[in-house]
Amino acid sequence: MERADRVVENERSRPVFNAKVALARTIGRASRASGRGGGTTLPGRVLLRLDPEAIARLGHGLNRGTTIISATNGKTTTAGMIAGILAADGRHPVHNRAGSNMTWGVATALLEQRGEEGLFEVDEAWLPRVTEQLDPSLIVLGNLFRDQLDRYGEMEALADEWARTIAARTGRTRFVLNADDPLIADLGRDPKGTAREGVVYFGIEDASQALPELQHAFDAKHCRRCGHPYAYERAFVGHLGHYSCPNCGAERPRPEVAATEIELRGMDGSRSRVRTPSGEIELDLPLPGLYNVYNALAAIAAGLQLGVEPARIGHALEGTRAAFGRVETIAVADVPVSILLIKNPAGANEVLRTLLLESRERGPLDLWIALNDKIADGRDVSWIWDADFELLAAAARRVVCSGTRAPEMALRLKYAGWPEEAIEVIPGVETSLDAAVQGADGRVFALPTYTALLELRKLLSDRGLAKEFWR
Amino acid sequence: MELRVLSLYPDQMNIYADRGNILFLQRRCEWRGIGFVHDGAGPGEPVDPGTHDLFYIGGGQDRDQRAVAADMVASKQEAIAAAADDGAVLLAVCGGYQLLGHSYQLGEEKLPGLGIADLETVREPGARLIGNIAIEADLGSGPKLIAGFENHGGRTYLGPGARPLGKVVSGHGNNDRDGLEGVRRDNVIGTYLHGPLLPKNAWLADHLIALALERRYGTRPELEPLPDELEAAAHDSARRAAQS
Repeated sequence: MERADRVVENERSRPVFNAKVALARTIGRASRASGRGGGTTLPGRVLLRLDPEAIARLGHGLNRGTTIISATNGKTTTAGMIAGILAADGRHPVHNRAGSNMTWGVATALLEQRGEEGLFEVDEAWLPRVTEQLDPSLIVLGNLFRDQLDRYGEMEALADEWARTIAARTGRTRFVLNADDPLIADLGRDPKGTAREGVVYFGIEDASQALPELQHAFDAKHCRRCGHPYAYERAFVGHLGHYSCPNCGAERPRPEVAATEIELRGMDGSRSRVRTPSGEIELDLPLPGLYNVYNALAAIAAGLQLGVEPARIGHALEGTRAAFGRVETIAVADVPVSILLIKNPAGANEVLRTLLLESRERGPLDLWIALNDKIADGRDVSWIWDADFELLAAAARRVVCSGTRAPEMALRLKYAGWPEEAIEVIPGVETSLDAAVQGADGRVFALPTYTALLELRKLLSDRGLAKEFWR
Repeated sequence: MELRVLSLYPDQMNIYADRGNILFLQRRCEWRGIGFVHDGAGPGEPVDPGTHDLFYIGGGQDRDQRAVAADMVASKQEAIAAAADDGAVLLAVCGGYQLLGHSYQLGEEKLPGLGIADLETVREPGARLIGNIAIEADLGSGPKLIAGFENHGGRTYLGPGARPLGKVVSGHGNNDRDGLEGVRRDNVIGTYLHGPLLPKNAWLADHLIALALERRYGTRPELEPLPDELEAAAHDSARRAAQS
């Protein structure tokens, strides 16, 4: 990478840069010692203020290669799975594992960890810039869904930016792409439609898992090549599925890594048979839902690209633990609380589908839903009307709505057909969670948006119930 | 009694969860024993000005908006104009609002509009206008607040033949300059308060229902009050977000 070479060659600046790094590290330690949190981003923020090219300088030391993961949904989980696969291979990359995925999160990981290999999840909007700085050997792209339109703008505009990044990297980087998301799959072809070099596709090939109908929040309607509406043979999650363009003939690429038989087992996870160029993998995944099958397929394809044996990959994925807030269960006052992050219509719909399956086993559910509208959530809470909360209208025993926009969440549920007497509004995270737990009949399913998850995390770690996430 | 609603381009113009508005109208009719009919008209499909009394169009991605502008002028302009002249309710939100005017500038291109409201949308240097917004509007029963969220690159200017929907209390509005928001003409309302605007403003939803029923049945009905505690709380929550 041009920029990386330039900054590294300039050896005279080295002592100055080292001093900046030392200062940023000291500030990180001081921040953590003060117990006020923020340790996952503060040192990186400080360093980037002192040296905007710091990521390129520090990243240059990762001489065994760097993997970057981006997607609307599943970044943290997929990166965690790849970390597990590498750990099974005895490799411990520098990894922004707390999910802080903007430049400062990446910089903080580079400051505080040592290693020869990098593994970074990167925010969709920051992907072009971080890629330019880190010179990755592998880029894994999972999906693009409607999400935080106030911050990212339109998916198609984002896909256009990604296309420029990928075109610039072809020949220097390998790519793992989702064949089932046309916005992603098309990135693997050049403007003439020819397959780019170094691309591996993953996808689902079990027709029995298709949705009964296309969902409302359907984001890839038009052929990336010619603009004609795609024809969908089936869809699995949102607009991820089997599609083709009746006008120009653009088709879903055949995935090299594919789940051919899938059995979903509610909150317990799934079992699938996965075809790979290196033989089959029997995947026993402890995370629920088809969306996690997609995350696992991306991780398998990445693991193979990173030179890990298929058997080792399968074994590592069996031991996957959810990233915090992506299906973790923590006991609060002896009541198990299962936490499932919701942040956009496609992701929320998958959580709702999983809970619907769960309610068939378990009976009516107790829920806690926390809707925040801070910058990291997206200031615009319109999206809750795009998510299919109708799915659980008959499956909820009681729901406590919390967060900065709690009344709007409650209203959404009322209009989704949930019984009004089952809906309570308690804006404060702590009081509402305690109320949900006290009234619960068994387990509570907690569905926070991103910053509500951070509040929940802090609350649980203050009570000694969960480890502080940056440790 | 029956409320007849037509969504224009429901598959193209739905980017900000516009279906929330339709669902909100539907439930509020059902709870009052008012029938609810909802149809959609997509690209190339003709519109009959007399069949429906409430027309809705939402916002879309640029690509969709470009295709819809051309199709709407070609296949629906006359019918929609006739319905508007005849007192039909038309709620046009975000991108749909921009299409009400004479033209709409998208990048370098000038898209044609329906021309049923005297307004024009242009591009100006500066950031997109994004954020919570509250406006004050008087739709005949005194000034009331409408709260919502706006997210638009275009700047809309009203001509002398148009009046605004309301005054900006907090937020950007039509163009971030003149303090005006939206447009009103007969029973046509255009606004940048996007997506599920009606759930945040139940009074506005009921007002539109009454206007549409009046067109069909000749007199404006007294709508039965509903237990609106959650609706009121949601309205207050959206207002607070805009005014904080």
